[in-house]
Amino acid sequence: MTESPNMKSSATDLRSGMRLTGKWHGGTYPLLRKLGSGAIGSVYLTERNGAQAALKISDKRTSITMEVNVLQSLKKVQGHFLGPCLLETDDYSSPSGKLYTFYVMEYIQGSRLDDYVKKKGPEWLPVLLLGLLEDLDYLHQAGWVFGDLKLDNLVVSDNPIRLRWVDVGGTTQIGRAIKEYTEFYDRGHWGMGSRKAEPTYDLFALAMTALEVIHGNRFKKGEAPKVTLKKALTRAGHLRPILEKALTGKYPTSVAMKQDMMKLLMKQKVPAAVAKQVPPARRSKRKAGIGECLLLSSYGFVCYVLYLLQ
Amino acid sequence: MKPSTLKQILLLTDGCSNRGEDPSAVAALAYAQHITVNVIGILEEGQTEQSLSLAEVENIAKAGGGVSQLIYKQALTETVQMVTKQAMTQTIEGVVNQELKQILGKGNTLDDLPPEKRGDVLEVVEEISETANLEVLILVDTSASMHHKLPVVKEALIDLSISMNARQGQNKFVIFGFPGKRDAAVKIMDWTERLENVSSVFPKLATGGVTPTGPALREALHEFSRQSLQRSKANDRISEYEEFGN
Repeated sequence: MTESPNMKSSATDLRSGMRLTGKWHGGTYPLLRKLGSGAIGSVYLTERNGAQAALKISDKRTSITMEVNVLQSLKKVQGHFLGPCLLETDDYSSPSGKLYTFYVMEYIQGSRLDDYVKKKGPEWLPVLLLGLLEDLDYLHQAGWVFGDLKLDNLVVSDNPIRLRWVDVGGTTQIGRAIKEYTEFYDRGHWGMGSRKAEPTYDLFALAMTALEVIHGNRFKKGEAPKVTLKKALTRAGHLRPILEKALTGKYPTSVAMKQDMMKLLMKQKVPAAVAKQVPPARRSKRKAGIGECLLLSSYGFVCYVLYLLQ
Repeated sequence: MKPSTLKQILLLTDGCSNRGEDPSAVAALAYAQHITVNVIGILEEGQTEQSLSLAEVENIAKAGGGVSQLIYKQALTETVQMVTKQAMTQTIEGVVNQELKQILGKGNTLDDLPPEKRGDVLEVVEEISETANLEVLILVDTSASMHHKLPVVKEALIDLSISMNARQGQNKFVIFGFPGKRDAAVKIMDWTERLENVSSVFPKLATGGVTPTGPALREALHEFSRQSLQRSKANDRISEYEEFGN
């Protein structure tokens, strides 16, 4: 969760540039740069055995320990790589006597999904979502729901090019109450369902993430949330039916959504040439956005089908 | 070990108490009866933390074994559910710590376990907070200055019930406003599982001038004892039936 400016922050013991030493295992970690902070703790760039790593630290020690539990159990299903790899966990006792708990994990380098799609083109959005849907399926099958799925918690890693999640703070056992969420992505906030951890909860958040990328911002729910969502969907081009099904909980599993996405992408293969002509127009008219671009490529596809039918 | 029902008072206020006994003393009394008191102080736009006596908000929560937070009204929704959940965890951890001391001897609290071992214990804490029953008495300051904040309070309470009802345990909420016309506080919505219909009661709130936080907390405390009295009567009835059946 992004830090609310309205909330008082208690983490004055920690700042970039300092080094901290673990109480139990004695590892020393430099806090090189703050990567982000949320309702539960801050994440810093650090170094471990000469390699970059990420360190999450908080005085909300129960929450941090529970995140470690999640990362540990994810490791067990990591034949496929799910989430960042856990490297170390320890306590830190500050000079002021306050006790913190931290863990060190793999630092996943890459760009934000919205930046990536802006730079590389809208056709990357469904492709990247496809990979994430596969990971979500593994996660759900292991009995977990990601929970706090949002743009800020996703990174497009370079090698391999894949959309990966970087913060498991909201990850909750299926059937329990979602631990951590962000209003815009939360179906409870939109009046579209409960806050129970179910696969459909993640798929709603994923669809909202896609809509945020397409719109270029988070929109307010307004007086009539459902109408707002409907309106937002109109800009989603050929992704619209899939996102609509995800928002209304029509996909019982990630696999079901993935299959629809796959079908769509395979269909699209040929008119890619049409889509390629679009980016210059997009660049000159930034505001037109991805939605229009998707619309154009699906228009191209329809033309192609008509051509075949002749 | 499993605390069957967690009891909390959630106090939402924007001012200092100015009438009656010391609210912290009443909060301590509540805590002695295993009722946690949480306090959320709602700041006015442009108001600094000093103007809403941070000390009083903190002291009440400290005496009541609960959590306190000072915020601007925009952050109320996320804060209300965060404070409620945090207080639950805190209470359960307290119970677990006591058990640990009994099992492992003095000086063995969660902090004395390395993080790897702590994880297993906290798994239990989480399990309990997911399944325990929860009773929350929401005590809303309805003095004049709160008037324009009440729509936000309403939103936040509806959201709280969405969050808590996603748990496996049962929830019950009751809402009191203070000051009342004659009493320090009045019940404005009776015990219920869902707060979705809270909209209907909020416009009715008459807003008064004084802030008798201490007496209002005492009124809240009475409500809990009234309720458990009713429950024990109900239980008596059930056991009577059982005897009858035998």
